[in-house]
Amino acid sequence: MKRTGAQIVWESMMREGVAVVFGYPGGAIMPVYDALLDYPVHHVLVRHEENAAFAADGYARASGRVGVCLATSGPGATNLLTGLADAMMDSAPVVAITGQVASSLVGSDAFQETDVTGVTLPVTKHNYLVTRVEELAGVMKEAFHIARSGRPGPVLVDVCKDVQFASTDFDYDAIQVRLPGYRPVMRGTEEQIEEAVALINASQRPIILAGHGIILSGAHDELQSLAEKAHIPISTTLLGIGTIPESHPLNLRMMGMHGEAYVNQAVQAADLILALGMRFDDRVTGTLRTYAQNAQVIHVDIDPAEIGKNVVADIGIVGDAKNVLAQLLPRVEYQERADWFAQIDEWRQDTTRRDILNREEDASLHVPFVIDQIRRSINGSGQVTIVSDVGQHQMWAAQYFRHERRNRFFTSGGLGSMGCGLPMAVGASFARPDEEVWVIAGDGGFQMSLPELATVAQERLPIKIAVMRNGYLGMVRQWQELLLGKRYSGVAISSPDFVKVAEAYGILGMRASEKSQVAEVIAEARSHPGPTLIDFVVEQEANVYPMVEPGKALHEMLRRPLA
Amino acid sequence: MALVDRSSDGKETTRVLVALVENKPGVLTRVASLFRRRNFNIESLTVGHTDSPDISRMTIVVDATKTNAAMVERNLYKMVNIIDVQDVTQSPAVMRDLALIKVKIDGQTRFEVMQLIDVYRAKVVDICSDSMIVEVTGPEAKVNSLVDMLRPYGIIEMVRTGLVAMVRGSGYWSGMPPENGNGSPVETEPDIVSLGM
Ligand SMILES: Cc1cc2nc3c(=O)[nH]c(=O)nc-3n(C[C@H](O)[C@H](O)[C@H](O)COP(=O)(O)OP(=O)(O)OC[C@H]3O[C@@H](n4cnc5c(N)ncnc54)[C@H](O)[C@@H]3O)c2cc1C
Ligand SMILES: Cc1ncc(C[n+]2csc(CCOP(=O)(O)OP(=O)(O)O)c2C)c(N)n1
Ligand SMILES: [Mg+2]
Repeated sequence: MKRTGAQIVWESMMREGVAVVFGYPGGAIMPVYDALLDYPVHHVLVRHEENAAFAADGYARASGRVGVCLATSGPGATNLLTGLADAMMDSAPVVAITGQVASSLVGSDAFQETDVTGVTLPVTKHNYLVTRVEELAGVMKEAFHIARSGRPGPVLVDVCKDVQFASTDFDYDAIQVRLPGYRPVMRGTEEQIEEAVALINASQRPIILAGHGIILSGAHDELQSLAEKAHIPISTTLLGIGTIPESHPLNLRMMGMHGEAYVNQAVQAADLILALGMRFDDRVTGTLRTYAQNAQVIHVDIDPAEIGKNVVADIGIVGDAKNVLAQLLPRVEYQERADWFAQIDEWRQDTTRRDILNREEDASLHVPFVIDQIRRSINGSGQVTIVSDVGQHQMWAAQYFRHERRNRFFTSGGLGSMGCGLPMAVGASFARPDEEVWVIAGDGGFQMSLPELATVAQERLPIKIAVMRNGYLGMVRQWQELLLGKRYSGVAISSPDFVKVAEAYGILGMRASEKSQVAEVIAEARSHPGPTLIDFVVEQEANVYPMVEPGKALHEMLRRPLA
Repeated sequence: MALVDRSSDGKETTRVLVALVENKPGVLTRVASLFRRRNFNIESLTVGHTDSPDISRMTIVVDATKTNAAMVERNLYKMVNIIDVQDVTQSPAVMRDLALIKVKIDGQTRFEVMQLIDVYRAKVVDICSDSMIVEVTGPEAKVNSLVDMLRPYGIIEMVRTGLVAMVRGSGYWSGMPPENGNGSPVETEPDIVSLGM
């Protein structure tokens, strides 16, 4: 059958199972928007293209499917960048469709022309400029395949305007995707597995570092089985939260810069690191010079370029985590490792007293208290997806929420892009319409994507937004306090009256500035059927502990000062 | 855990990678962008046709004192348009560099230079009264050596193509994965050894 390029965009998406897209129209993508009216795809109008990319990213993380965003040429496409970079860093499967000037005008500095494939090259897994309608369907099929397979990531398709108008024969199912150079490695070799098993079975002080790759691979069960069968403690990265329940006795919880001290002590003392779908980010390792010096490393990752990038792997296994774990599982043996577990417990007692569990219990309102109250409320009833923005509140959300269920915590990890919270929650809310979605944001990051309140209102999304108003760009202020002698520079931030702002958007707004008010506003927000925003007026100069200072060793953590 | 070495293992100061790439627009940009983004130090990069119109071939000489060639290889491997990549440094391979060298001559030195060129089995491809262009092909060391010999006479201009390489023997390297017949993407198990693991 004959279809125009614009129709092919939607026909392809229908066949890829796309039901919702996030976008913003403009001249170069108008034919696609015109054709949209004939297809049962829900278009969500964001208030800035960056948030279309974040929303697609959030949708992808929450659904495990490809998230789609749309923008026009020039400024529309360049506005996508931060969201694409975020999806790239955190391996989120996203397809971005952008309009481009007519193919005859490419290269002429035409109105709203930008070299979009050039600009997005380093922040996409792959990208395409489509100048002939005959190529479009094949490119769409490849784009979805590349975005979701192997190590997932964003793929951008830049479609010239004349291509959108032109027609050609369309038969999606008949298209042969031929990507001779794209062959993700899916499982380990016999030799690698054998060597890894020998190391695991011989280790006295092993630790599993579970990362985002476990979630992307759906290897939660295999992870838990392996840890239980071989009796190995697990620590998760920030993005690995939700790979195993936080109450599981083998789960030590988060490692790294703001991980608990005993976890980092365990990493430093381990004789074997079994790294599964994690990429040894510098927030995880501290300085590499002193990182895990007693450990041999088995590194399992689907991306060959991650093996040996930051940390030398004694055994590097390129493969899908689920497959590799299934290969290892039958051969690993149970070891008691009583001394190791006793040692970790001893460290844990000390940490529990000092750093994280020991919250500041003074009269003022602290973010950890708020997070803990949200957790208590939700543990009583229901399921919740937490989407966090970037900053101190993000670390507190990671430390204090205690996620029991799989894949319920999303945030910008690798790029750490402020403003991600609300738009990612918009995406997550479409992926999980029956689930409560909470945003935890700071007063800084929230104001970066505040206009998306209009999207929330327009779409009637029952998102619960908790803004932690500390009057500062808190995380930067903390560094200035602890590392730069409290010379505060450019970190004080004023905010509008968020309750009034919410109301102006037709959203229920509430405020809590005393501990005694917290449980009540949370309960009210949760029982309200529509979107709500709570302005939590919190302690201004609280710090996240423990903390590995940049460039320092994991075991030299700054601990919470004793009262 | 040992510290990651940003240089390559082994004694070589350079490493030679050969990549088969899809002959599509922008592939060279992607490769160049990768090298810049990952801070890889590259000595030379040559691109040319193969016997197949769909496939081009790149020879990449990595500065092994600053860059880990295995990381270059793994990063190239994962690029969508790169069909396959091999490190041929240790293989029995033919490696050739071509140089055009414009060198000063006069009545006295002309004969000397011609003799030198003969020793190197190089060719004179252009000659005037006060200069000649010499064409030399060979392993880099041979080309370097001739350049050194000619320098005292005065090199006016020089251009080198950068290395190209091919493994000896009758083996044919297409880099193409097996097809599964229906044209849908196949997941194959590539040769991990070739990824330096
Ligand atoms: C303010 C701030 C503070 C932070 N502090 C910390 C901290 O204290 N601790 C911490 O851990 N992080 C922290 N982070 C986050 C950190 O920057 C990284 O984002 C995070 O550590 C990355 O986790 P990851 O490696 O598990 O996930 P990713 O970066 O998403 O990497 C996933 C890995 O899994 C691989 N993979 C993908 N699919 C598969 C598959 N199917 N099978 C196998 N492998 C697969 C990928 O190739 C990749 O290597 C912080 C971030 C911010 C913004
Ligand atoms: C887009 C962007 N700009 C700057 C930064 C640097 N940065 C990291 S955390 C932070 C402060 C965040 O402040 P706020 O949103 O109020 O959260 P808080 O730390 O106070 O909880 C800043 C500025 C960033 N991560 N992202
Ligand atoms: Mg703040």
